[in-house]
Amino acid sequence: MNLYDLTIHELKDKLNKGETTVAEIRKAFADRIAAVEDKVKSYLTLTDDLAAKNAAKYEEKKDELLAGIPIAIKDNISTEAIKTSCASKVLENYKPPFNSTVVDKLDAAGALIIGKTNMDEFAMGSSTENSAFFNTNNPWNLNHAPGGSSGGSAAAVAAGECAAALGSDTGGSIRQPASYCGVVGLKLTYGMVSRYGLVAFASSLDQIGPITKDVEDCAIMTNVITGYDEKDSTSVADKAEDYRKYLKEDVSGMKIGIPEEYFNLDFDQEVKDSVLAAVKELEKAGAEVETVHITDAAYALAAYYIIGPAEASSNLARYDGVRYGLRSEEADDVRSMFFNTRSEGFGDEVKRRIVIGTYALSSGYYDAYYLKAQKVRTLIKDDFDRIFNDFDLIVTPTAPTTAIELGTKSDPLEMYYTDIFTVPINIAGVPAMSIPCGFDSNNMPIGLQLIGPHFGEGKIIQAAYTLEKILDLKDKRAEL
Amino acid sequence: MIDKKDVEYSADLAHLKLSEEEKELYTEQIAKIFDYVEKLNELDTEDVVPTAYTVPMKNVMREDKVEESLDREKSLANAPDKKEGQFRVPKIMSE
Amino acid sequence: MSTKYETVIGLEVHVQLSTKSKIFCGCSTEFGKAPNINTCPVCLGLPGSLPVLNKKVVDYAMLAGMALSCDIAEYSKFDRKNYFYPDLAKAYQISQFDLPIAENGNIEIETDNGIFNIGVTRVHLEEDAGKLVHEGSIDKSEASLVDYNRSGVPLIEIVSEPDIRTPAQAKAYLTELKLILEYLEISDCNMEEGSLRCDANVSLRPEGQKEFGTKAELKNMNSFSAVEKGLEYEVKRQQKLLDEGQVVVQETRTWDEDLNKTISMRGKEEAHDYRYFPDPDLLPLEINQSWKKEIRERLPELPREKYKRFISEFSLPAYDAGVITGNREMAEFFETVLKDYNDPKNISNWMMGEFLRLLNENNEGPYDSGVSPENLSKMLKMIDEDVISGKIAKKVFEIMYESGKDPEKIVEEEGLKQISDEDELESLVDQIIAANPDAVEDIKNGKDRAIGFLVGQIMKETRGKANPGLVNQMLRDKLMD
Repeated sequence: MNLYDLTIHELKDKLNKGETTVAEIRKAFADRIAAVEDKVKSYLTLTDDLAAKNAAKYEEKKDELLAGIPIAIKDNISTEAIKTSCASKVLENYKPPFNSTVVDKLDAAGALIIGKTNMDEFAMGSSTENSAFFNTNNPWNLNHAPGGSSGGSAAAVAAGECAAALGSDTGGSIRQPASYCGVVGLKLTYGMVSRYGLVAFASSLDQIGPITKDVEDCAIMTNVITGYDEKDSTSVADKAEDYRKYLKEDVSGMKIGIPEEYFNLDFDQEVKDSVLAAVKELEKAGAEVETVHITDAAYALAAYYIIGPAEASSNLARYDGVRYGLRSEEADDVRSMFFNTRSEGFGDEVKRRIVIGTYALSSGYYDAYYLKAQKVRTLIKDDFDRIFNDFDLIVTPTAPTTAIELGTKSDPLEMYYTDIFTVPINIAGVPAMSIPCGFDSNNMPIGLQLIGPHFGEGKIIQAAYTLEKILDLKDKRAEL
Repeated sequence: MIDKKDVEYSADLAHLKLSEEEKELYTEQIAKIFDYVEKLNELDTEDVVPTAYTVPMKNVMREDKVEESLDREKSLANAPDKKEGQFRVPKIMSE
Repeated sequence: MSTKYETVIGLEVHVQLSTKSKIFCGCSTEFGKAPNINTCPVCLGLPGSLPVLNKKVVDYAMLAGMALSCDIAEYSKFDRKNYFYPDLAKAYQISQFDLPIAENGNIEIETDNGIFNIGVTRVHLEEDAGKLVHEGSIDKSEASLVDYNRSGVPLIEIVSEPDIRTPAQAKAYLTELKLILEYLEISDCNMEEGSLRCDANVSLRPEGQKEFGTKAELKNMNSFSAVEKGLEYEVKRQQKLLDEGQVVVQETRTWDEDLNKTISMRGKEEAHDYRYFPDPDLLPLEINQSWKKEIRERLPELPREKYKRFISEFSLPAYDAGVITGNREMAEFFETVLKDYNDPKNISNWMMGEFLRLLNENNEGPYDSGVSPENLSKMLKMIDEDVISGKIAKKVFEIMYESGKDPEKIVEEEGLKQISDEDELESLVDQIIAANPDAVEDIKNGKDRAIGFLVGQIMKETRGKANPGLVNQMLRDKLMD
């Protein structure tokens, strides 16, 4: 295998054994990017200088978890003095004067941050087609979307343009592209990873997480990015663990729930068969599998399409042309500056969601929409809690289909439906992982979603690790 | 049912200038989305406490301690227009 | 015969809390720094920044709520108030909507027309916005400059019930509120620097009518007198409209200090649909009994209680009690002097007279001066014991104010000790009698007043040191028998 195909732990192993050097690793990935980036288009910005800085510190940091490892970061995660555009024209030239907490953590762990990845504008979308700059293509089939909104991160990992990446997940934005690109993606329990420096889309749903080539890498990345942060009031203390201890092949006695209401939804039969076949494997390995009943995911999706846009309408109000980012040329007075800046700076989907969110919060509609959605949120959360009283994990598909073809979904509601299995997890605030469980007849990857209780990342990792060993798909790479 | 007036009102509150085509398109699309959202009313939430916070924590506070501010250069580095250490904006009032 | 109208006023007062750091970030709250020096990603509203609540801000708000006899919330939260303005860094203000920190209080005020109880609807926490400076005037300038030093400075907003009936009551309410907050030492309450700001809702209704009339919201009153003048103008304006059979329009009006009138801001406002919702970046507050108890224990005696106690316990005239308790430090100083010197009225005379005069001249508080409570009581005792005369005491006091020296030392150093020894005065008295035959003649003819003239001459000769009572007696002994 080429260096760029290797996982974090494989690269670390080679470094430790002296079989390779940081310089060789850097070159391997730089060459890979040069060779395939034209086709995949994962990156908005390459950050060689930043990578070089930590590469130079390799000797002093070599015992750290990510020393010498090339990592990519979604472009909504603030990097000091490096463009953080959120794939939006409104922040096209914005360079934050500070690092997000996760970037500081990656840096401390010795990671080589090699670039900022493409995404749906402000993480609003499911195909990365909402990037204001260009589309990213799925490494498994360049005519297909990589998923979204962390499409650039997932594609970069799948294409060997980085060893691992960070994404953010508000309604499935890590898991769905991981599924489409045949890689592992984890959304952690809300509060496990500091949001400080993550450009907010929907604050009560957003969570940063890793996208990796295998489950072991996922555990390593999770170790690095979790932990209490006094700069984020919603950050949880004393919950982070060494997740590598869950890297064992053992699901015996684990109780896994299969939610009937989810599997009864109308979705791709190949996906369904593949996920159920994987579940059978887990059962064979000793897991107890049972059907469970859960609130229809459609309610979670409906609640999500109020809560997400409502919070976004407020979070994105600050892009007004005063302090940073775009200011319209048409700015005769403050009011016209506000209106023109925002109208020129935001893309179609962002504007649509701002209008939806503003309407849902506006006078006379708050109770009917926002408050109602928050109450439904309680029901969904309680529902998951109830199931997790008796079960260790819930398994569903990650997405109803494999990667869609680029340019095929123009109806927003149809696009939103691709998040049907992932959205309820953010609404409940629980953790969930997407791992590859097979391929469809077009050789496009299928993702399986493992959902755990609050702070149940360990169980998820253990089941995922076991399944990964059984299915033996992890060394399959997209051919480019 | 959400109509064009609602879209115009909301866009105005959100300080977005929409073209006629955008207004028409959004009205149609958003109406469909709210139609879907109507689903929520199938659930009885009479006695349900709304979830505003994802983590069940409270009283998260810091001590009253002054910490270093940003260098002013950095604070102003991204400003589209600045003058004398301040952000400059066009005039407030329009005729 | 025109209808008689009743004025209805409610006040919204914003008060900056005097914490060291801002409400949601560690930037300093220091006033008067160069523009944008006290800024960081949080108070500039940079993408990805997050607020973390300053605990002292909550403590202070609770203290204010308790001092205003409010119920303190058991559960409170922060909400976002969404609107666009260049000084508002995030295009929303973090404030409190439906669950403020304190509710249902009141303030007792006193005006020339009696004592009134004004309800306090609520006390809530919020962050201040930045400051806009217009290049030129607001109407003509081509551009404005924004300074975010003030962005995120903690505020409490205190909303009154519409219980205020006259501009004088409004002023009394503000004065009392300011005094309470000063007693709590939670704000500078400086209207000129903007650490206390007041908006008013004013309406008129026919006497006897229950429903409120249409109100105007009055802004930009930057001093206590501006509040009174602005309200007086507004009441007259509305009265005139109603008398002429016109209607009052609901609107925001701004007080123009130069033109001495209120001006309509109509058409220059945005729609008031603030889309409040709970801020997901901040977690709720749960205030338990022990927290409340901790804060309640910090509550000092409040000005109104102190005022009443000074009257009842020390038999001070209401006016004196008002002046002394009108400043927390003065009241405290007064009571400290009282520990060693038990003549409250005499202390208050000195404090309201010489002391206050010098403090005002120097723009200082009592503890900034050289006078300590111990030295003041010592000096007052020296007067009572005839060591110095009242007149000399004024001189001693001035020296004490400047130097901080012990009054005994001042008297000794300056040789100001009163001459109460007859032998020492004998020859001087004789000299004066000899030098003023006309006055002596007058006295002998029964013109008593002339004694005063002779006493004055002797005081002059001794530069005020002679004991005037003794001199008077000696003159009488010598001239009248």
